[in-house]
Amino acid sequence: MTLFVKDFSLSYGRKEILRNISFTLPAGCCAALIGPNGTGKSSLLRAVAGLQPHGGTVSLLSGARQEEAIAYMPQDTGTASALTVLEVILLGRLRSLGLRIAEKDRMAALEALAVFGLTDLQSRTLDHLSGGQRQLVFLAQALVRAPDVLLLDEPTAALDLRHQILVLDIVQKHCREHGILAIAAMHDLGLATRFAEQIICLSDGSILATGTPEAVMTASTIETLYGVTADISRTASGGFAITPTGLADAVIEQPERVSA
Amino acid sequence: MGRDDYKSLTARRFGLALSGIALVCAAAVADLLIGPSFLNVFDVLAALVGLDGAGDPMTIVIVHDIRLPMTLTGLIVGASLGIGGALMQTILGNPLASPYTLGFSAAAGLGASIAILTGFSLGALSAFGVPLAAFITASLAALLVLGLAWQRGMSAEVMVLAGIATLFLFQSLQSLVQYMAAPEILQEIVFWVFGSLLKADWTSVKVSGSVLVLGALLIIPDLWRLTALRLGDARAASLGVKVKPLRLRIFAIVALLTAGAVSFVGTIGFIGLVAPHIARMLVGEDQRLLLPLSGAAGAGIMIGASIASKLIAPGAIVPIGIVTAIIGVPFLFGLILKQRRAYW
Repeated sequence: MTLFVKDFSLSYGRKEILRNISFTLPAGCCAALIGPNGTGKSSLLRAVAGLQPHGGTVSLLSGARQEEAIAYMPQDTGTASALTVLEVILLGRLRSLGLRIAEKDRMAALEALAVFGLTDLQSRTLDHLSGGQRQLVFLAQALVRAPDVLLLDEPTAALDLRHQILVLDIVQKHCREHGILAIAAMHDLGLATRFAEQIICLSDGSILATGTPEAVMTASTIETLYGVTADISRTASGGFAITPTGLADAVIEQPERVSA
Repeated sequence: MGRDDYKSLTARRFGLALSGIALVCAAAVADLLIGPSFLNVFDVLAALVGLDGAGDPMTIVIVHDIRLPMTLTGLIVGASLGIGGALMQTILGNPLASPYTLGFSAAAGLGASIAILTGFSLGALSAFGVPLAAFITASLAALLVLGLAWQRGMSAEVMVLAGIATLFLFQSLQSLVQYMAAPEILQEIVFWVFGSLLKADWTSVKVSGSVLVLGALLIIPDLWRLTALRLGDARAASLGVKVKPLRLRIFAIVALLTAGAVSFVGTIGFIGLVAPHIARMLVGEDQRLLLPLSGAAGAGIMIGASIASKLIAPGAIVPIGIVTAIIGVPFLFGLILKQRRAYW
């Protein structure tokens, strides 16, 4: 499902967070949203999901409603709850849940459990899961909504390497098989280039660059985005090896002021 | 472990919830059989089921006009406070939240104290004077907390802080009224503040019962949204829950439930805090089960306390508000010690 974001802007009170954001992403595409801390990645995802008032338009080719067609998965901040895994996944179908759980909702949740290898954990409570398992549960919750667009806020934060790859591979596979578009806010540039066919670089509330990893992932982009110099090379498997070499001169000369 | 693992867990939880409700019903019957007038068990049961000519008229009057309203009011008040406490803990994400800890009961106590002090009544409906005053001040306390929280985006932290401040404010005002009252009035106020089912009659059953039924009906459409809120505001919002309106709506319902419950029987603080924890340990966080079982746990503690209040001093009835914690705390401690997993 093609997603159109046009002339998008967002402010908190008088403070402008995002401005003049426009991009188009096709169905089945995996995209990574990268940029320094505090540059508006999470705000952009939340607003695109319809969870925050914003300027500009977000539309889908199908004309489906924003809140119904777009699933947003917030960053995991160690959510501890005594809800069971199946209950958490069922909550993905919140709009159709009633006093009795309809068979189609139950079957959809069980299906999601099976896809993510969580069947044996269905009665375990969330506070008894590892960070990786928890992230898989929330991913299953987002996908059980059968969305057209999946927005993931730092889906690999605080996960070990195996779970980082596992989570992103599942998303990639799901996108290809079901024609879903996924956008993930990410900090790990190596993982971002491995995951995404399109990279959106966000700097100070606006788009600095957007395109394929080959086009966007350059030393100059990284220096402008993060104030860091880096060596970038292609690996034998076709991926990117990004090695930071130090802070850019401008940053060294003008270190951030630390307030007491 | 398999595909139906959760189904069996749900069946087990339903079984626990039904057992809890059955236990409360049994306790309610026991409560009806016990009283200071030492009535014959069979006479009480005959009066209850309405057998013609069974027992003497005095027994029928005691059972129908005194014991039955007291037991039913106890069940209704306990259930209202239990459900109110569970809702409060859910919307505020705080295990210490309850209608009592957020000042509603203290505010009701102030209203009742003022009404008793000033002799406020409603003419022909004199019995409604004190409950109405208690209802109004409890609602005012809720509005005060809501007003403050509204200014700060209905954040749970602000609501808890404002609620605790409201508790202290109304407790202080209540102390002031008590300080100013003449000794005989003071005695009446203190008796009200203790909380007692002796004030119960068929009016309290009808009013508190109607409020409980209304509150329960209003909650039903939000059960799954409340469950989603246990994942935190951000996740609930990501699932499509409008968190602020939900918190506002449920807060108003809790205020209604609490005011309806404590207006007639006085300040009963412990139940709203503890009943939800007992229910949560047994059936988890699914609000479809948690709320009814919190109500049942609240009703159970209330009836247990009612029975104890009659047994502590045979021939007299100790105010139930004094007994609820004495009955409930050992039960809660036992559950905490038995519990192998975290439940909050």
